[in-house]
Amino acid sequence: MSVLADSGPRPAREGVGGRLSDLLWRRPGVLLALLLVPPLLWLGVVYLGSLFALLLQSFFSIDEFSGVIDRTPTLKTYGELLRPANLDIIWRTVLMAAAVTVASVAVAFPIAYYAARHARGRWKALFYLGVMLPLWSSYLVKVYAWKLILAKEGIVGWGFDSLGLGRVLEAFLAVPGIGGNSLSVSPTGTFIVFVYVWLPFMILPIQAALERVPDSLVEASGDLGATPGQTFRHVIWPLALPGVVAGSIFTFSLTLGDYIIPQIIGTSARFIGLAVYQYQGTAGNVPLAAAFAVVPIVIMGSYLAVAKRLGAFDAL
Amino acid sequence: MTAAVSFRGVSRHFGTVKAVDGVDLDIAEGEFFAMLGPSGSGKTTCLRLIAGFETPTAGRIELFGEDVSGRPPYRRAVNTVFQDYALFPHLNVLDNVAYGLMIAGVPKAERRRRAEEALSMMALPGYGGRKPSELSGGQRQRVALARALVNRPRVLLLDEPLGALDLKLREQMQDELKTLQRKVGITFVFVTHDQGEALSMADRVAVFNEGRIQQVGSPEEVYARPRTRFVADFVGGSNVLHPGVAALFGGRPAWASLRPEALRLGPPEGARITGVVTAARYLGAATRLVVDLGAGAPPDGRSDVAVLVPGGHPVPAPGTRVGLAWDAEALHPMATE
Repeated sequence: MSVLADSGPRPAREGVGGRLSDLLWRRPGVLLALLLVPPLLWLGVVYLGSLFALLLQSFFSIDEFSGVIDRTPTLKTYGELLRPANLDIIWRTVLMAAAVTVASVAVAFPIAYYAARHARGRWKALFYLGVMLPLWSSYLVKVYAWKLILAKEGIVGWGFDSLGLGRVLEAFLAVPGIGGNSLSVSPTGTFIVFVYVWLPFMILPIQAALERVPDSLVEASGDLGATPGQTFRHVIWPLALPGVVAGSIFTFSLTLGDYIIPQIIGTSARFIGLAVYQYQGTAGNVPLAAAFAVVPIVIMGSYLAVAKRLGAFDAL
Repeated sequence: MTAAVSFRGVSRHFGTVKAVDGVDLDIAEGEFFAMLGPSGSGKTTCLRLIAGFETPTAGRIELFGEDVSGRPPYRRAVNTVFQDYALFPHLNVLDNVAYGLMIAGVPKAERRRRAEEALSMMALPGYGGRKPSELSGGQRQRVALARALVNRPRVLLLDEPLGALDLKLREQMQDELKTLQRKVGITFVFVTHDQGEALSMADRVAVFNEGRIQQVGSPEEVYARPRTRFVADFVGGSNVLHPGVAALFGGRPAWASLRPEALRLGPPEGARITGVVTAARYLGAATRLVVDLGAGAPPDGRSDVAVLVPGGHPVPAPGTRVGLAWDAEALHPMATE
């Protein structure tokens, strides 16, 4: 009885801490401002500022003889970017990024679908572990491991040989454009490793999108006469699309910017990231490197505009 | 006439849980049929068995005399109104309603016309362009109804369709559903845990408990002549009298039910049974009293009865000794314990 009777209004909390809590409780806007100012400063000054500086540099030019940067605004560098050799690099990179993205969707979707709609409890934990585990080890270790796997004497070649399919692999590697001396020095090898390395970034957003689709929507579609295939086309796929787009932003832009994988695995043909790296670091041609770096930004911008127009974000 | 829906010894077990356990049931064509029971009683699983979302572990389900036990939902002439409505969030209202027609390959112009017609019938004309997220709960409910009915199903299944609505809207929708069912004339199978809803809307009610049907009958039968103690207790809180107490009330010494409104209060002097008022609950139109009968209470039965005092009558305060009067025919012995 006394326990109940004694509880009057609580005494005011003393001190600066107590007054601060009271202030933040009365004015939630102050708390929000306190929390948001540091990240906004970071985003505005450090991030957007350096991006702007990069853009600016692409409008400078370099004196070909002295190697001195001329700071008068010009479109000369962009003219240089459009030379056939450089266009080749852009083309190759975009094609690779597109292929990697499409393959990632194809591989990731069933995995994400299973995880979101069927896996429960322990299996779900195992799924997260399986998807995240590769991200815990160094990217370089994984890429070099793949070099061994894909090498002529590697396990893939050995597997094909022991199945008596060595000829098939050879015939595939003889195809110009995708083949090479071995898988580890072919564009196919680059492609396989890109898909492997970026796969978690595709699985997780698709899984998150599918997780939000209630079972009753799938049942309602069946109830209204749709076969599982029709339900996939008209309900599951449109609702998963924002996740697919989010995942493809990762795989596409990561492939566009990567310069390590094509160096270690694949032909010596250059990709945008490698070009930036070389123009910036080796050749000292910062304006052209900057112009190259603008390309992925423009591509991603147009990609998102098209995705929006196609209604990829309607379900958000 | 063949039944619209029949269950023949149907069971659905989930591991060791017997969600539905040996159910036999016939639902006639054109009937408004309610499945009533507490949560976990198997009523929703029965509805899902009719829709085809579940397959029976044992037994047979027939729709219009045809065995559909293993048939997927998309090959059954039934449609469902889901508890959460399950409207497609990426489609507007018109496309939601026309979904079944689109799947069936109805030409665009016709399915548009029919969907708009269905929306008008649901008093939602001109709402076709909106997204489901822009509608209120009651409006979503109507869209879900329109989306099901536009396919002209032979049986319409409703899974607690009024559960998410507030009281006033729920009462309004009860009337509308009843009118709608009479108008379209198709079989409605309706799942609810609200006995008032079941009694006021259905032609017949099946009361479920622990995966089994306790009683099937008209609302009057289920209410006035409950077959089991569970039905008596669940359908409107009837007094369940222990055989000893039933005898005290002049009945056979068997379990019996006595409706609270069949009991009347009087002065304790000269009354055959007296008791002390222990609690009073004001219900608006009436007051529900609990009267403790005191001595003679059997060890395993309740020794108190509920009495409904209509509004306008004097309500004795707790602690008052009162006498009880009742009509002999209101005392209903139950067939099974």
